[in-house]
Amino acid sequence: MNNYSDKIKSILTDLGLSLLSIVVALIVGTLFIFLTDKSPLDAYSALYIGAFGNFSAIANTLWRSTPLILTGLAVALPFRAGLFNIGAEGQLLMGGFTAGVVGFYFTSLPAFIHLPFAIIAGMFVGGLWGGLPGFLKAKMDVHEVIATIMLNHIAIALTINYGINIFRDTGRPATPRIMDSAAMFNFKNIMDHPFLSKLPFAELFAHPAIRLHINFFLALAAAVVLWYLLFKTTLGYEMRAVGFNPDGAEYGGINASKGIITAMFISGAVAGLAGVGEVLGTHFSFMQGMDAGYGFTGIAVALIGQTHPIGVILGGILFGALAQGGLEMQFSGIPSEIVMLIQALVIFFVAALQVFKVYLAKRKAKGGVE
Amino acid sequence: MPREDNYILDMQNITKIFPGVKANDNVNLSIKKGEIHALVGENGAGKTTLMNILYGLYEPDGGQVFYEGNKINLDGPQDAIELGIGMVHQHFMLVDPLTVTENIVLGNEPRSGLMLDQKTAKREVKEISDKYGLFVDPDAKIQDISVGMQQRVEIIKTLYRGAELLIFDEPTAVLTPQEIDELFEIFRSLKEQGKTIIFITHKLKEVKTISDRITVLRNGKSIDTVNTADVTKEDVAELMVGRQVLLEVEKTEAKPGAEIFSVDNLNVKDNRDIPAVKNISLSVRKGEILGIAGVEGNGQSELVEAITGLRNVESGKVNLRGKDISKYNARQIKREKVAHIPEDRQKRGLIMDFDLKENIILGYHDLEPFSKNGIMQYDNVAKYTQDLIDKYDVRGGGMEAQAKNLSGGNQQKLIVAREFSHDPEFLIASQPTRGVDVGSIEFIHKQIIDRRDNGAGVLLVSAELSEVLSLSDRIAVIFEGEIVDVLKASETDERELGKLMTGSKSEAGGESNE
Ligand SMILES: Nc1ncnc2c1ncn2[C@@H]1O[C@H](COP(=O)(O)OP(=O)(O)OP(=O)(O)O)[C@@H](O)[C@H]1O
Ligand SMILES: [Mg+2]
Repeated sequence: MNNYSDKIKSILTDLGLSLLSIVVALIVGTLFIFLTDKSPLDAYSALYIGAFGNFSAIANTLWRSTPLILTGLAVALPFRAGLFNIGAEGQLLMGGFTAGVVGFYFTSLPAFIHLPFAIIAGMFVGGLWGGLPGFLKAKMDVHEVIATIMLNHIAIALTINYGINIFRDTGRPATPRIMDSAAMFNFKNIMDHPFLSKLPFAELFAHPAIRLHINFFLALAAAVVLWYLLFKTTLGYEMRAVGFNPDGAEYGGINASKGIITAMFISGAVAGLAGVGEVLGTHFSFMQGMDAGYGFTGIAVALIGQTHPIGVILGGILFGALAQGGLEMQFSGIPSEIVMLIQALVIFFVAALQVFKVYLAKRKAKGGVE
Repeated sequence: MPREDNYILDMQNITKIFPGVKANDNVNLSIKKGEIHALVGENGAGKTTLMNILYGLYEPDGGQVFYEGNKINLDGPQDAIELGIGMVHQHFMLVDPLTVTENIVLGNEPRSGLMLDQKTAKREVKEISDKYGLFVDPDAKIQDISVGMQQRVEIIKTLYRGAELLIFDEPTAVLTPQEIDELFEIFRSLKEQGKTIIFITHKLKEVKTISDRITVLRNGKSIDTVNTADVTKEDVAELMVGRQVLLEVEKTEAKPGAEIFSVDNLNVKDNRDIPAVKNISLSVRKGEILGIAGVEGNGQSELVEAITGLRNVESGKVNLRGKDISKYNARQIKREKVAHIPEDRQKRGLIMDFDLKENIILGYHDLEPFSKNGIMQYDNVAKYTQDLIDKYDVRGGGMEAQAKNLSGGNQQKLIVAREFSHDPEFLIASQPTRGVDVGSIEFIHKQIIDRRDNGAGVLLVSAELSEVLSLSDRIAVIFEGEIVDVLKASETDERELGKLMTGSKSEAGGESNE
């Protein structure tokens, strides 16, 4: 059908616009690289090689993209329902902290219970941390931006300032190391695994520098689940209706509260999973600084992915690649400030693109709808 | 080259293609200086598109535009405005918290230093409003004035920017009969001062009253341009639709049955918390149409919202088949086989960013066969949608098109299709034919009467007196939130209703309000 190709066309336009903003960011970035004595060409080829140059680089790009995909999803889902979740950071911390505590506290659980338990507990607490502002919004009309920002501060206080000090056993600002039974599978240990080691090319993963762990695949699964929820379920239909036009949704007999609370709970759980993965798969304990601003970068990831779950995967990988390749850029002599600046430029131009799109839509609406 | 010298505007072979739709197909339109030119055609015929091209909002895919003898290429509305082309959109583009004067001069402000020169601005606005008989209160805020007044502000704004050719896209759709008369007075005085007017409407009466010439579009093509004096309303309708159209409603005597719906001493407040519906009691029987006549803003909207579960009932009862539903929400009321065509299709009736098939199940989306166990069944929805858009002739883009890309009238048909397809036993229709073309009005009216003859009760709210009169069996007149009288439709006329609507009690009795 004609409209099918239209749809594909509009998706391609969206993708093209996202790519365009990245290219513009990189071009503007060259101006700053000129400030150093390095050539932009060398810098960017270092960026590329660092992110995609060999198998380990690609694997670690995916590793770094994992929490970003998840926080991106945590922003994207409520966005579709008309809500702006700035609280992924706090939800991530709460989820990670819970998983960290469950991970070291239970000392004699078998792995097939301990790991799922830690994951679910972390996601659940993250979900509560997201669901609470959803509840406040739905029942008392408290603006979700304010509520989530405040909950971010409370989460930092609870976990980093207070929580770590209750449990810490060394000088390190971290909870005790989790039990092996709660650890997520790391691909560098693939040759020790009874089944995975039999897969073709398994040995490629068995490199000590590879930090990719199973949470990446949980993130992909989360994206698919969210896509299904949004576009295939009745609840998703209702969430999108509320997001586009609350008055129309009310007329259609849709109970906005249900969608708002569910969307925020699920997004909190997904952000929680980002923290869970960092604790159980990357650091093996909840430690200060492990959140690294993922909750906020997630906003940019969601926007660059057009708040579509599949787009968010691509957006997450892009930012993962910038982080991973940025290291190589630093090794090649570009100061880390410039690397961060280029990452910031990408975020800036993605945001600018968003404003541009709103402008385009307005212009079109002016003419299109009488 | 333009074809004749006295043409101020000559659009030749204009073509505009949207994905899947040829909105304009070799359209020709020539406008004489100083005339009032009506542009008519079915919903989706391409009228708005053509005007948007003229105003620089769309770039045509083919064709040429001559203005005052010169070929023009517009890059945007700013270019059009500079040439002296102004447009009054159907949805006004005013800034609510600013005053009338501020809105008019916005973008071209006279300044003293960095500040707006209030005195000069006010003087200039007053000059224009005196010259054309466009009275406005220059200090009132937009949010506090009526729709008719806002429209005047839009007109003054275009004149302030030096418009010689003024485009009006369905200006009368949102006006009361009184305001329409006033608008036509303004048209006449603009014409006297040498301005040229292009005006889109679906109301053939208006075309006959005010226009000098008429251009008819059908399916994106220009069919004919005629002198208004040479044609009848029926001729124009036939040109538009391509067949004869019944302009009068054909209906038999109602055979009312038992009462299906009533409200007792209903009180409802408006958005500002001021009582809008005061102690209203009404009843509708099966197989009859009760019309509500009234000047817009007299509590009709609040009444309808209250009985459809979209607004709180302060006190009083809403009974459906004898059951009190005043505490029901919109979903519960829908499930009682109540259908509702809302007055504002863009705010309430549609999710503009949803496509046709998502819109056509709104409110029924959680029922089988559209949804099973919480999973949408889009295959079933697609089949259902195709059936309905065929049956109701919803044109423009097909079921995957977004509702916002439909023409206004087709949006309305989409809502009608949805609401009529679940065997409603009680139907609430607010402005059911607003912005709809004559052929579709005929169709929608037939559907409403069919429902009635199948035993449904109908509550009809319309600002269109002729519609209320021709469709209703009984008419309740609402004024300042109260029902002032209930009359048999066959025993009253526009004059009597007009009087009642403005608050004067009728001399000639009629059936009293039980
Ligand atoms: N921005 C757009 N994108 C896609 N299709 C469009 C767009 N604008 C209009 N169309 C299509 O072009 C056709 C003409 O639309 P247009 O709005 O010009 O009709 P109209 O004559 O003004 O109708 P109405 O009387 O209902 O307002 C319709 O089929 C409509 O669906
Ligand atoms: Mg139109």
